Amino acid sequence: MTQIKGKVWKFGDNINTDVMAPGFVFNAPWEEVKKVILHIHPRFSKEVGPGDVIVAGKNWGCGSSREQATSNLKKLGLGCVVAESFGRIFFRNSVALALPGIVCPGVSKAFEEGEELELDLEIARVRNTTRGTELQGEPLSRDMLAIIAKGGIIPAMRERLRIKK
Amino acid sequence: MGMTMAEKILARASGRKEVKPGEYVTAKIDQVMSQEAFAEVYRILKDEGVEKVWDPSRVAVLLDHYVPAPTVIQAEVHKLIREGVKKYGIEGWHDLKAGICHQIMGEKGHIIPGDLILGTDSHSTTYGAFGAAGTGIGVSEMAYVLATGELWMRVPSTIKIVLNGNLPEMVTSKDVILYLAREYTTEMAQYKSLEFKGPTAEQMSIASRMTMANMGVELGAKFAFFDADSKTVDYLLRYVREEAKNRVGLFKADPDARYEQTYEIDVSRLEPQVAFPHDVGNVRPISQVGEVKVDQAFLGSCTNGRLEDLEIAAAILKGRKVHPETRLIVFPASWEVYLEALRRGTLETLIEAGAVVCNPGCGPCLGGHMGLLASKERCISSSNRNFKGRMGSTEAEVYLGSPATVAASAIAGRIVDPRHSQK
Repeated sequence: MTQIKGKVWKFGDNINTDVMAPGFVFNAPWEEVKKVILHIHPRFSKEVGPGDVIVAGKNWGCGSSREQATSNLKKLGLGCVVAESFGRIFFRNSVALALPGIVCPGVSKAFEEGEELELDLEIARVRNTTRGTELQGEPLSRDMLAIIAKGGIIPAMRERLRIKK
Repeated sequence: MGMTMAEKILARASGRKEVKPGEYVTAKIDQVMSQEAFAEVYRILKDEGVEKVWDPSRVAVLLDHYVPAPTVIQAEVHKLIREGVKKYGIEGWHDLKAGICHQIMGEKGHIIPGDLILGTDSHSTTYGAFGAAGTGIGVSEMAYVLATGELWMRVPSTIKIVLNGNLPEMVTSKDVILYLAREYTTEMAQYKSLEFKGPTAEQMSIASRMTMANMGVELGAKFAFFDADSKTVDYLLRYVREEAKNRVGLFKADPDARYEQTYEIDVSRLEPQVAFPHDVGNVRPISQVGEVKVDQAFLGSCTNGRLEDLEIAAAILKGRKVHPETRLIVFPASWEVYLEALRRGTLETLIEAGAVVCNPGCGPCLGGHMGLLASKERCISSSNRNFKGRMGSTEAEVYLGSPATVAASAIAGRIVDPRHSQK
């Protein structure tokens, strides 16, 4: 069982991928990019640390297909995103880059910022260990879990091409 | 049992007789599209030692986000892309002299009704205007597709939107899609397929359909279809290469297809619509906009940079001047649009009115270059997104409207109703 545990950063509805990877820092060095990831939150970029997790409202990651949105969060060391719902492309990219995204109705009311979240990835069980409460998310499909277990779609491609050779 | 357009396409692409919403399939991909994101795709493939792509004849690559290259870094990106295109023998290569990706996919004959088309751009839903299942993916998944020709897909449920009534003068398909975002929110179609039907959809030009399919993704949609009708076939046959012409045909859902939901919309009393910052769903009818001064007016993008868009703007701007404190910048969607607008005198009208006409490409839409906004500035834009920081400063504001609203507002220096913009 894969357990992911971390401190919660909270976001609202319709947070788009532009604010996770702004166009004006495309091609900028990581030190500059880091400062503006999720710039709509006053403290996030300054205080986020490896292992932290995100709890969000509806439609997390809507908008542009820019994979940097997902890879920036991955690079910051985030453990997972648990949201009421996801924009489709962010959701795909989260599988492709093995940064698990879990749909979990009711999650935004179940957490305050700074509380601790624990996720059992395979069964999508979401716990607020600060409060001792539990929620049931929507488990990922077997294929998605397999891609995540391999470390993402590129390791999956590597494996597949090697098998074929 | 009957299938929707999404179901028909995913069933065929995965070699099944039928599929149902919620099922996962491994689909064979008919066509892919990549713009500047191809640099990253190529880097991944190179790093992984992938020596060839599955089918170079099914790959289209072009430059549109940063053309011509505004910085040395971008010039290097373009150079890397040209290297990758050569290495893999990509057949659908268009460099920077074609236009915005979604416009040129049609104009270069890469769209066939009923095909499954993936692009490294979220607005790949545009191909739904031609009855093709177009949708966006990230660069890692695109690398996987180029190496294998396949990708996992979830079969979406479908929402049918029936459009009835005649659009009033100066009210366009852009206003219809903004109205839908206002009325049903930007997640109404999340992970779902849309089918636009009804007499209004049938009457719409290909360009107007493209505007709505393009912004289908702003409603969260995976695909955003119009039926491929005789208009679609006529359009595509002008562009599709000879050997693919027999594949261009009518395409629509089965008559007994199952829809998750059906909405009936009457457009005959619709007003022009404007999306306020910083969300596409934050839409108000023009009568409730109030006083919004604009520093910039942007006419262009994959949403509204086509000939009919430039022409409606030119009709409003003819013999008039852009407001002295407002700058109007215009980007035709493609070389073909550019040239035709030039021949017809449309560009002349725009330039005489004071517009800055730039080369085809994405321009400032995604905050790349050519007309970015300073802090506290406001722009009325015919593009598709008004997210915070989208077009430059995070303290700027982007308002979305139709080309008619953009043109009328450019004259007034504030957002105004194009229906009242008479001399």
